[in-house]
Amino acid sequence: MTSSLRIKILVLFIMLAFAVVLGITKGSVNIPLLELFLAENRQILYLRLLRIFLAIIAGSGLAVSGIALQGILRNPLAEPYLLGTSSGAGLGAVIAIIMGVGSFYLPAAAFTGAILSIILVYAIAKQGNRIPAQSLILSGAIVSIVLSGIIVFFISMSTNEALHGFMWWLWGSLEVYDVRLLFMVSIVVLSGIAAIYVFSQDLNAMSIGEEEAIHLGIKTETTKKILFFITSLITASLVSISGIIGFVGLIIPHIMRFIVGPNHKVLIPCSCLAAATFMVLCDTISRTAFSPLEIPIGVITAVIGAPIFVILLKRSQGVK
Amino acid sequence: MDVLLKADNISGGYNNKEAVIRDVSLEVKRGDFLGIIGPNGSGKSTLLRLMTHVLIPQKGKVTLEGKDITRMNLKEFSRKAAFVPQETLINFSFKVQEIVLMGRIPHLKRLQFETKKDFLAAEDALSLTDALYLKDKEIDRLSSGERQRVIIAKALAQEPVLLFLDEPTSHLDIGHQIQILDLLKKLNQEKKLTIVIVLHDLNLVSEYCDRIVLLNEGRIFCEGTPSEVLTYQNIEAVYKTIVVVNKNPISFKPYVVLVSGNRVCRRD
Repeated sequence: MTSSLRIKILVLFIMLAFAVVLGITKGSVNIPLLELFLAENRQILYLRLLRIFLAIIAGSGLAVSGIALQGILRNPLAEPYLLGTSSGAGLGAVIAIIMGVGSFYLPAAAFTGAILSIILVYAIAKQGNRIPAQSLILSGAIVSIVLSGIIVFFISMSTNEALHGFMWWLWGSLEVYDVRLLFMVSIVVLSGIAAIYVFSQDLNAMSIGEEEAIHLGIKTETTKKILFFITSLITASLVSISGIIGFVGLIIPHIMRFIVGPNHKVLIPCSCLAAATFMVLCDTISRTAFSPLEIPIGVITAVIGAPIFVILLKRSQGVK
Repeated sequence: MDVLLKADNISGGYNNKEAVIRDVSLEVKRGDFLGIIGPNGSGKSTLLRLMTHVLIPQKGKVTLEGKDITRMNLKEFSRKAAFVPQETLINFSFKVQEIVLMGRIPHLKRLQFETKKDFLAAEDALSLTDALYLKDKEIDRLSSGERQRVIIAKALAQEPVLLFLDEPTSHLDIGHQIQILDLLKKLNQEKKLTIVIVLHDLNLVSEYCDRIVLLNEGRIFCEGTPSEVLTYQNIEAVYKTIVVVNKNPISFKPYVVLVSGNRVCRRD
C-alpha cells in the first residue's frame, strides 16, 4: 500500500468520524456532543446511533452493489436503482405488507421482487444474445417507473392505515422502526459486501473485458450469476428497511475511482467509507433542513446524484 | 519437437447457430511460430476462441499437452496459455502495473495479494516489451502501440508456454508492427515461447512465421511453410484477387504483390 493511499484512507476515516459527530449532535433538537452522554439524553443518543448505523450499512451496501454491477456489466452507469432492482424489491415488500406478512419475511418478499424485476429488465433489454448497455439502462428506467407506479397504486388502495404513511418506500428513509429487522438486514448486507470483496480480483479482470477475464482463468458466467444474486440480496434487504434510495451506488464508486483508482481491492473498502459518510450527511440534511419536517433521503441523494449521472452519461456517449 | 496443442477434428461456432469452423485438425508443436491466415469471415478468430476455451467445440476436442482443455481447470489452462486480442478498450483507468499484475491472477489464489515474486514477474514482462517506463501511467492514456505492448506484457506475466495473438498489430503503423513481431520472434527463439498468431498481412506472416495455416470458409485450405502456402494459386483461389508472388530480396521469403483491379482490366 503506497503512502498516498494510506493518507487517503485516513482522510476518509476522519470524514466519516466528522459526519457521525454531526449526525448525533444535529436533529430536531441540537445537543452538544458532551451533553448527549447525560442520562436524560440517553434515548436520543440511542435513536440517532441506530439511524447512523443504518446509514452506514445502507451507504456501503448500495455503493458496493453498484461497484459489482458496474464491473460485471462493464458499464459505469449500472446501479441497482437505475436497473429497477430497487423498485422491484419495494413492490415485493409492499405486497407482503398488504398481505399481512410479518416483518421477519419482508426481506424475502423484497428479494423475490428484486429477482423478478431483474429478469424482466433483462428480457426487455436483450437483443439476440447481447445486452447492450444503453438498452439495459433504458429498460431499467421503464421497469422502475412502472413498478413505482404500482407501488403508489397499492399504497393508495390499501386499507392498511400504516401503509398510507409509508411514502418512504418510494423515496427512502433511515428511520429505524424495527431493530430486529435492522439486525437481520445488517448481517445480510455485511456478509454480501464481504462476499463481493472476495471477488475483487475477478471484478478487476472482468472490468477490462469478459473474454480477457476468461483468458485469465475467470469463470465469467458463474461469477456474473453469483454477483447478480448477491447484489439483489443486498438491495432487497436494504429496500425492506429503508425504501428506495437512488444514485448512491452510482456517484460514490465513480468519485472513488477518480480518487483511489479502479482496483477493486482498494475501491471496495474506500467506497464503503465514502458512501457511509455521504449517507450520514444526507440523512442529517434530511432531518434538519426543514426541521421539524423530514424530507425523504432519496430526494437528497437524487438532487445531488442526478446531475452527476448526466455528466457520466454525456461522457460515456463521448467515448463512443 | 513434441505436440503442445492439438485440435482434433473440431467444429464450432457461436451459440447453437451453424458451425463457423468445420472439421479442423491442427497440431501446434512446442517452439512453433504458427501463423493463421484467411479472408474475412473464414473463421480465424473463431478457431482461436475454440483453442483457448472461450468457445466449447460442438464436435471434436482440443488437447493441451495431451489433456482435454474442457476438462482442465480454467486457471490451470491460463497458466499455460495466454491470449492477446486485436485491441483492448478499457473503460476504467487502471495503472499499467495493475494491468500487467492481472496476468498473475492464474497464479494467485482468491483474495491472495500479489507477492514480491508477482511484482518481479510483472516488471520482467514489462521490460521484455520495452514498456517498463510506462509502469505508473494510466492505461487509457497510452497510444495504441504502447497499450498493445502493455497487453502483451500482461500475457507474458502469465508465464505461458503458449501465446495466442489475434491480429495484434492491425491497429498499429508499420514501425510498431515490426517492433511487436520482432519481440515475438525474440521470445520464440530465446524463451522457447510457442506462438500462434492470426495476421491479416500476408507479407508479415511470410516474414515471421515458420508454418502457416490458410483457412477458407471454416476449413483448412492448406498448411505448410510460407513458400508452400503463399503461392499465387492458393491466394487467388481463397482471396479471389489477383496477386503476384515474388521473393523478398533480403529474406528470400515469399513476397505477395497486390495487383489493382484497373490494371487487370487494362491488361485484358
